[in-house]
Amino acid sequence: MKKYTYTDKKDTRSGFGDGMTELGRKNPNVVALCADLTGSLKLDDFKKENPDRFFQVGIAEANMIGIAAGMTIGGKIPFTSTFANFSTGRVYDQIRQSVAYSHKNVKICASHAGLTLGEDGATHQILEDIGMMKMLPGMVVINPCDYNQTKAATLAIADYYGPVYLRFGRPVVPVFTPADQKFEIGKAWVVNEGKDVSIFCTGHLVWESIIAGEMLAEKGIEADIINLHTIKPLDTAAILASVKKTGCVVSAEEHNIWGGLGESIAHVLATEYPAPMEFVGTKDTFGESGTPDELMKKYGLKAENIVEAVLKVIERKKVAVS
Amino acid sequence: MADYTELKRIASQVRRDIIRMVHGAKNGHPGGALGCTDLLVLLYFKLMKHNKNFNMDGKGEDLFFLSNGHICAVWYSTLARAGYFDIKELATHRKINSRLQGHPTPHEHLPGIRIASGSLGQGLSNAIGAALTKRLNGDDRWVHVLMGDGEQNEGQIWEAAMFAPHHKIDNLIAYVDYNGIQIDGHTDEVMNLLDLGAKYKAFGWEVYECDGNNFEELEKTILAAQASRGNGKPKAIMMKTKMGYPVDFMMGNHKWHGVAPNDEQKDKALAQIEETLGDY
Repeated sequence: MKKYTYTDKKDTRSGFGDGMTELGRKNPNVVALCADLTGSLKLDDFKKENPDRFFQVGIAEANMIGIAAGMTIGGKIPFTSTFANFSTGRVYDQIRQSVAYSHKNVKICASHAGLTLGEDGATHQILEDIGMMKMLPGMVVINPCDYNQTKAATLAIADYYGPVYLRFGRPVVPVFTPADQKFEIGKAWVVNEGKDVSIFCTGHLVWESIIAGEMLAEKGIEADIINLHTIKPLDTAAILASVKKTGCVVSAEEHNIWGGLGESIAHVLATEYPAPMEFVGTKDTFGESGTPDELMKKYGLKAENIVEAVLKVIERKKVAVS
Repeated sequence: MADYTELKRIASQVRRDIIRMVHGAKNGHPGGALGCTDLLVLLYFKLMKHNKNFNMDGKGEDLFFLSNGHICAVWYSTLARAGYFDIKELATHRKINSRLQGHPTPHEHLPGIRIASGSLGQGLSNAIGAALTKRLNGDDRWVHVLMGDGEQNEGQIWEAAMFAPHHKIDNLIAYVDYNGIQIDGHTDEVMNLLDLGAKYKAFGWEVYECDGNNFEELEKTILAAQASRGNGKPKAIMMKTKMGYPVDFMMGNHKWHGVAPNDEQKDKALAQIEETLGDY
């Protein structure tokens, strides 16, 4: 089992901001739009270095999406930025018509996703955004797990033509992926190999899955941990390769179990290789105010919850086999 | 001003196309399409620099956006008559496997369409984006966008209306098809616009008003708007039109917003519009 450590903790949104700074220097077609949250999205450096390519749209997200779609006409690559809730639910129809149906090269970059937004509470903690975005034909959906992966993803989506939803978060979390990684859209990352259970994880739950893997190892259970940073297009081959080896699955994500990564994996299993599966995610509920850690505990998104799901799914596998 | 005889001949044929397309599909939106025919013909056959060999980016070209996508029959006919695609394709409007969808879209790759519209209120934002990119690209051509008056009910319009003057977008002309009618009735009954021009003015726009069914007045107004380039203000033209123009039984009647004529009504309407360039 590969051992993961970290020396630094950073927020994924800073990975986005630093990725944008780099893009600003190397790609003259990249433009950024922000709905009055420049500091929260870590775009201060991009704005400072590229004042003519940064557009303040005020608190007007629908207009931001519409303008971004229009800016692609003539070759610009617009990155829109606000909180995940205002990037998706608030502007679903604008994304649907002006971006997805029109197949525009817009990158919808969404911070403060999920419960870990914390104290602002449920109005801001969107847990349905992955579902909404993955339902749009042609939309790429990415939820990176740490600072380095978020930065690499930010750079990678500028080189991909088409609409992308990039989801990241607010809290400071361990940095455990390599700084020099090459991000491949739609290509799963094998975090650890094991034969007893497949743990498919995304976003902040990747680190929790690594901790869960260590806890499981102490119980003699070897987990195959696969990071599906790209929820759409889904790396079906990686999922099938893992489940054919392990025979049971746990999904882990900071999102409603309806509409999230787990649901997409369940579709793969149901149509290609049926296997017992358990879901770690929020269970059709809104969040509430609290610290990120309190919320992750209360809503069952910690390593302990992944371990519990693994033990349950392994029992189900035994029953299925016998 | 130029002789408008040729433009009138084209507009007459476009209006015949609209009646025949909507009748052929057995549904669609003839009223606003007929009312806005003169604007589209003037833009595509005289004022805009554009290329019928369609290119999505349209660099060095004037761009046209239709925000009130439901009146697309007029756009389809104008594009076909301007050579973007074969006029025979107009017969496929709103039918299965057609590029001429019920509302315009680039999804089926119809030449001339740069973005989808239909869900209202989005086109002004789209046009502002295109105008910004022209500015960044050092491209001094214009962006034109047509909206409905009922569409002014949408909140996104006012987000966009606030943005454009703030960012000094003055390579943009927004037209409001001010026929005073929306689906449920007159605009002052459904949602009173009050003095719409004054609202745009208060938002920081350069505002004009003209008869949208009079080529000479329309052209004069557009040229005046374009002459004000450089003042940092986006331009808005309150274009007074008659829904259903010039068909006597359609004009001014909200019923013709979204209803197709039956066989008899189609014949009656076509009898009032001269065939000038040959029906498709």
